[in-house]
Amino acid sequence: MNNWAWILVASVTAYATKLAGYLLPRKLLEGKTVTSFAPPLTVGLLAALTITNAFSSGQAILIDARLISFVAAIIALRFKLPFIVVIIVGALAAALGRLLGLPSWYP
Amino acid sequence: MGFWVGLATGLYGISFGALGVAAGLDVLQTCALSLLMFTGGSQFAFIGVLGGGGAGLAAWSAASLLGIRNGIYGMQIKQLLRPPTALQPLMAQFTIDESMAVSSAQADQGEKRRGFWAGGLGVYLFWNLATLAGALAGGAMGDVKAWGLDGAAVAAFCGLLWPHLKNQKLIVSAVAAAAITLAVVPFVAPGVPILIAGACSIVVWVLVSTRHWREPDQMVGDL
Repeated sequence: MNNWAWILVASVTAYATKLAGYLLPRKLLEGKTVTSFAPPLTVGLLAALTITNAFSSGQAILIDARLISFVAAIIALRFKLPFIVVIIVGALAAALGRLLGLPSWYP
Repeated sequence: MGFWVGLATGLYGISFGALGVAAGLDVLQTCALSLLMFTGGSQFAFIGVLGGGGAGLAAWSAASLLGIRNGIYGMQIKQLLRPPTALQPLMAQFTIDESMAVSSAQADQGEKRRGFWAGGLGVYLFWNLATLAGALAGGAMGDVKAWGLDGAAVAAFCGLLWPHLKNQKLIVSAVAAAAITLAVVPFVAPGVPILIAGACSIVVWVLVSTRHWREPDQMVGDL
């Protein structure tokens, strides 16, 4: 199959996955146990996304300039800076780190 | 907040556009991924496999594995917002990290609903515009890493997570999820660590909940 076919198949799969969550019966989703698990589940998924974006490259752990972005973003958040400023701080930190020639390290 | 999340996410949509063209897709194909697939992690995985010379089937499975969490978001959004059935097929397309994170961080029901749409539509608009810009600029951007756009993505996820760390139990759960992610990344396919971390976070949360943990229940941060 060519690129277009795979793009369409993968997009349909992505949409079907999103929709699948909505198709579960409301009764099941609104049970007391399931409802109480929502906050830790959200926190766990977002924490994992943060970590994979900051410290991985495919299946390898990779420490590079993104570490500075991670630390800088947390400092910016502690100072209660607005979301867009946090993002710009994160981008600048990585750009600056690479400009200064920070090494990449595969532990 | 949804608007700013959209604008910020647009920043690294530029790198998706540039990398898509670098991976061998044309501008239209790169834009089609953002318009149709519309889930950043899966899109990066898809072009990453193709760009590395991988087969379409491998690209499809990498993207699909990374997209599984969107199904969990669908469940959560349905439970949180109780949307009418007719609206759910439309909402599904905008069910991504950002819309779920913005929506569920809000306090009241109206704000949660507005958060979902502002986050989802805001990201959709800016992500697609940025993809087009990045795809057109393509090679002219040079090495996209030099722009620090991957650092912007890291900061964005920190910013999405932050308002959810409302009490000590959730902070402990987040730290446990982060630790297990680092531990399993080398051993399982991309996307799977996120699902393992979600399950781990629930287990840890249940464990600390059953042990009369002292809970000041206050926000540690605000956006």
